[in-house]
Amino acid sequence: MRTVEEVLRALAPQVLGALVRRHGAGAFGACEDAVQEALLAAAVQWPREGVPEQARGWLLTVASRRLTDRWRSERARRDREAAVAHEAPAHDAPADADRPADRDDALTLLFLCCHPALTASSQVALTLRAVGGLTTAQIARAFLVPEATMAQRISRAKQKIKAAGARFAPPPPDERDARLRAVLHVLYLIFNEGYTASSGPDLHRTDLTAEAIRLTRDLHRLLPGDGEAAGLLALMLLTDARRAARSGPGGALVPLTEQDRTRWDRAAIAEGTALVTDALTWSAPGPYQLQAAIAAVHAEAEHADDTDWRQILALYRVLAHLAPNPMVTLNEAVALAMVDGPRAGLDLLAGLDGDERVAGHHRLAAVRAHLLERAGDPAAARAEYRRAARATTSLPEQRYLQARIAGLARNDGLARNDEERREPTP
Amino acid sequence: MLLIFNRPGFVEELSEDERTALFGEVDELMKELADSGEWVGGEALVDPSETRTVRAADTAGAPPVVTDGPYLEAKEHLAGYLTVDCDTRDRAVEIASRWPDVRFGGRMEVRAIMGESGTEM
Repeated sequence: MRTVEEVLRALAPQVLGALVRRHGAGAFGACEDAVQEALLAAAVQWPREGVPEQARGWLLTVASRRLTDRWRSERARRDREAAVAHEAPAHDAPADADRPADRDDALTLLFLCCHPALTASSQVALTLRAVGGLTTAQIARAFLVPEATMAQRISRAKQKIKAAGARFAPPPPDERDARLRAVLHVLYLIFNEGYTASSGPDLHRTDLTAEAIRLTRDLHRLLPGDGEAAGLLALMLLTDARRAARSGPGGALVPLTEQDRTRWDRAAIAEGTALVTDALTWSAPGPYQLQAAIAAVHAEAEHADDTDWRQILALYRVLAHLAPNPMVTLNEAVALAMVDGPRAGLDLLAGLDGDERVAGHHRLAAVRAHLLERAGDPAAARAEYRRAARATTSLPEQRYLQARIAGLARNDGLARNDEERREPTP
Repeated sequence: MLLIFNRPGFVEELSEDERTALFGEVDELMKELADSGEWVGGEALVDPSETRTVRAADTAGAPPVVTDGPYLEAKEHLAGYLTVDCDTRDRAVEIASRWPDVRFGGRMEVRAIMGESGTEM
C-alpha cells in the first residue's frame, strides 16, 4: 500500500506534463504553481477521505481550476481561459505510468527542467520541484539555503525557460543526445549532493539519494533502451549500498578499502550489478556504465584484499579514453598503484600537475600523499597530506587527512600499510 | 563567505552624496543577490571600539581575562560579512569586487566555507 505522499509524488510530473502540454511551455511557471496547489489540496484531503479512484484526473481538475482562477484574476488571456473552462479533465483516464502520452510527458518535463539555458543548480532545483514533487522548503533544507533563496532560484529558472522560448516538446533529434546527457548529469548531481552529505545531523540531505534513485528508476523505465540511464541507476545503487559502512564514529570517513563489507547492502549490490552487466551486453559502454562496472568489481570482493585491481585498471583505462578528465586519471593512478606499485601511480599523477582543473585540488594531493606513504616516503607524504588538508572544504575529509598526518608522525618515518603493497605478479 | 574589512568611521568622512550612493549600492547588490537566488545571509558588525576580547589568564587555573577593545591593533577591521551560494569561485570574487567599500580603501576577502559533505578518500 503506497502512502498518499508516494502517490502524489508519482503523479506530480504526469499532471504537470499534461497541463504544460495543453497550455504550452510559456505557461510552465503558472502550471507548476497550480500543480503544487493541487498537491497541497490532495495532501490535506486524501488522508481524511481516501485516495480518489481517478487520482490523476482529480489532481488535473483541481490544478486546471487553480490555473483558470489565476488567469481570471489576472483578467488576461481570455482565449486561454475559455479553452481551460471547456476542458473536462474529470473524465481523464486513470493514472497509468505506461500510457505512451504520460510517458512522453514525463520525459519532456525532465528535458524542460534540464534546459541548457539554466545553470546546473537551477536545473537541479527545478527538477526536484517539478518532477520530484518536493516542496521548495524541502529543497531549501536539502541544499542548506534559506527558503526564500530557493524559491527565487526556482522562479528565476521558470522565467528563463519562458524567455528562452522553450516549447513543451521532445528535443529535436540532433539535440536529444546532448539533452539526455544533461538530464543524467542533473540526476547524478542530486545523488551526489545527498551521498556526500555526512550521515550525521543532515538527514534531509541524505533523502536526496533516495530521490535521485527514484527519479533515475523512472527514467530507466521510460527509456529501457538507453544504456547510460541503466548505468547511472546501477552506479547509484552500487554506491548507495556502501552508505552504512562509509562513516565511522562521529561521522568520520572510512576509506573504501577499510570499510566493513558485511555492512554493505547486498540487495542493492545485486540489483546494480545485474543492471550494469546486462546493459553492457547490448549498449555501447558509456561513462556511467563504466563507473558502475568499477563499483560492481569493488562490490564483488568479499575483502579489500580480494579486489580485482587489474580489471578495475582496465575499466579506468577505457573510461579515460572515452571521457578523459583529471578525476578519472586520479582514480586510474590508484588502480595502477595497486597493480604495478605506488611509483607507477605517482608517475601517472605527475602528468596532472600542469592541469589547472586539478593542480591545486585536494584530491590530487591526497592521492599523491597516499601513494608516497605506500612508497615508503613519509616526509613527502606528510607534506602532501598537509597540502590536501589545507585545500579541502570538507570537514570530514579534513579530519581524515589530519588523522593520516598524525599517524605518520607517530610512526616517525616508518612506512605503514606494508601489507597493502602489491608486488606485480609475473 | 565574503568578509568586509574597512577603516572604522570612514563613512563619517564621506559627503552626503557619497554616503547615499554607498548605501544605495549595497542595497542594490543585496537585492540582486536575493533575486538571483545566491543570497544566503549576512550581518554587519558594530564598531570595533565596542569589542570585548577574551584570552587565557597568565596564572594557571585563573579564569580567562576580558579586556575592552579589539584583539588586533589595526587600521582596518572586520566590518561585516555576507554569505552567498555561487556556482563558481570567480562569481563570488566578482560580487566582492563590486562591494563599494573596496573603492574607499576597504578590502574584501573571499573564503570558502567548510561543509559537512565528504567523499570516501
